[in-house]
Amino acid sequence: MSISLDTPQGNQASETSLRVRRTLSRCWGFVIKMARNPLTAIGGSIILLLVIVAIFAPLIAPYNPLVQNLNNVLVAPNAQHWFGTDEFGRDIFSRLVYGARITLYIVLLVSITVGPIGLLLGVCAGYFGGKVDMVLMRVTDIFISFPSLVLALAFVAALGPGLEHVVIAITLTAWPPIARLARAETLSLRQADFISAVRLQGASPARVLWHHIVPLCLPSVIIRITMNMAGIILTAAGLGFLGLGAQPPEPEWGAMISSGRTYMMECWWVVTIPGLAILINSLAFNFLGDGLRDILDPRSE
Amino acid sequence: MSATFMASGSRLRNFSKRLMQVVITLLGLLILTFTIGRVMPIDPVLAIVGPDADQSTYQQVYQQLGFDKSLLTQFGIYFVNLLHGDLGNALLTGKPVIDDIIRVFPATLELATMAIIVGAGLGIPLGVLAAARRNSVYDYIVRIISLAGYSTPIFWVGMIGLLVFYAWLGWVGGAGRLELGLDGVVPRRTGLMTIDAILAGNSQVFWNAINHLVLPASLLGFHSMAYISRMTRSFMLAQLSQEFILTARVKGLTERQVIWNHAFRNILVQLLTVVALAYGSLLEGAVLIETVFSWPGFGSYLTGSLLLGDMNAVMGCVLLVGVIFVMLNLLSDMLYQFFDPRTKS
Repeated sequence: MSISLDTPQGNQASETSLRVRRTLSRCWGFVIKMARNPLTAIGGSIILLLVIVAIFAPLIAPYNPLVQNLNNVLVAPNAQHWFGTDEFGRDIFSRLVYGARITLYIVLLVSITVGPIGLLLGVCAGYFGGKVDMVLMRVTDIFISFPSLVLALAFVAALGPGLEHVVIAITLTAWPPIARLARAETLSLRQADFISAVRLQGASPARVLWHHIVPLCLPSVIIRITMNMAGIILTAAGLGFLGLGAQPPEPEWGAMISSGRTYMMECWWVVTIPGLAILINSLAFNFLGDGLRDILDPRSE
Repeated sequence: MSATFMASGSRLRNFSKRLMQVVITLLGLLILTFTIGRVMPIDPVLAIVGPDADQSTYQQVYQQLGFDKSLLTQFGIYFVNLLHGDLGNALLTGKPVIDDIIRVFPATLELATMAIIVGAGLGIPLGVLAAARRNSVYDYIVRIISLAGYSTPIFWVGMIGLLVFYAWLGWVGGAGRLELGLDGVVPRRTGLMTIDAILAGNSQVFWNAINHLVLPASLLGFHSMAYISRMTRSFMLAQLSQEFILTARVKGLTERQVIWNHAFRNILVQLLTVVALAYGSLLEGAVLIETVFSWPGFGSYLTGSLLLGDMNAVMGCVLLVGVIFVMLNLLSDMLYQFFDPRTKS
């Protein structure tokens, strides 16, 4: 009688599929939980809309955002131009739609860079302690001692205006709070019994960090990054408004407000509409982050 | 006796440790501004001599500014100058940056102080209300107001405010600190327009100054109100869940007494530190709101110099903001140590 080797293999395959299914159902449960909280649901759907608009901008925008039409300057909102036209006769709705791409580009690029860097540095500092920790904490002290907009201003001044430089400047100002958070989380985990147990089993520091500490730090880091996104939108818009961000004729929302400023008193829509876009989107990210905290962080009340 | 002595000894040690940290942070700040100043793409020599200067003049100014020395020596010179209060000259005005900053700073101080009065005056009661009626409609509304405060682009709100309250309704004064005709009517003593007007006994200027101040200050204050109300709420919730609150309720005190006399009094120290930090972060909003309102303060000066590529002025301003922040942090730490008996153990 021979024992079939198929059984364990078959089990393995079914176990993987089971695991995938379990992960999926957990994700789905998470989405349901989020949708049940009204603020999170509103925030999430606005962001989803922003992403869709950014991806399909050429299909959605009825006009070219850059082409000027001097016969059609500063037209009030009407059926042809839903949000009116600006001082060069460009359709504001189309410019908003393309501006969504710029906003999303900045937010995503900064978050993707800042998250891993902050997490890595914070977790290492918290876990290894000693000199590494001290140096890192002093460096973050320096960065945190500035309001982020002022520091970003200084960096953009050094690098010169431009979209890429805005991304670099905001990244440089945004990582320290994340690193601090990750460090604090790690410090509270480091002494836990299960970490000692893993260590006694002979796990390398890298394994302990990657498999046991990072997953537990992730929720609070993700919440923090989501709430940061609102701040990133505002800082980017502020830099754009000061003329340091994306350069004209790029349809960046902050720059649109700045260029519409001269006509503000006669033509309210030139300034109001891009500002509303900034407000709604940063509000959406704040709603989402706030709701995520309720769901992911059991310690918050 | 000896116990108190020991306690004060450890406090002293804590304090000196904290002071050491502050010194290191300030030094780091200097290195940061110095580095940013060096990598600026605008050639500072060219900015002074102009594009038509010949090679020898260029070299002369180059050496005058000390660019031929090593970076370390340059940093040393920068550091020593700074200790003498010398931040270099501003390109635009030709005067020392430090004089410029002293000239423009009172305008920002006036704006920020008014703003923090608005922010704390509204934020604290709202936060207490939200905590006292937790999970009620009030709580929800306060939460949304504070999230909205976090999310509004302040320069945009400033413009909308000008449009609505100045252009349409005519309730407040427009841009600037005073009407054009009233500029220079009262002699400058403190640089704070309202105080100067009171000192000069000129009520017309005083009311005009208030009229111009009220809109930008409220908008700035709205921003810090968001932060203050949120912190107040969470501090209050932490207090209200404690046992002495239950005791007070069981004793039959009214809800008002419980909240204001028992819970609120306990969070005063924490609130003080929060307000100090909020005051510092107003500087950030001031940079943008001053640009919108043509407010001749620190923020306008910073952005104006930035657009001109005036390295000395920009770095001086950035350094100043950093120093103010660090000092406010230190101050709030010390307030905490000083007022909160629980830290004395």
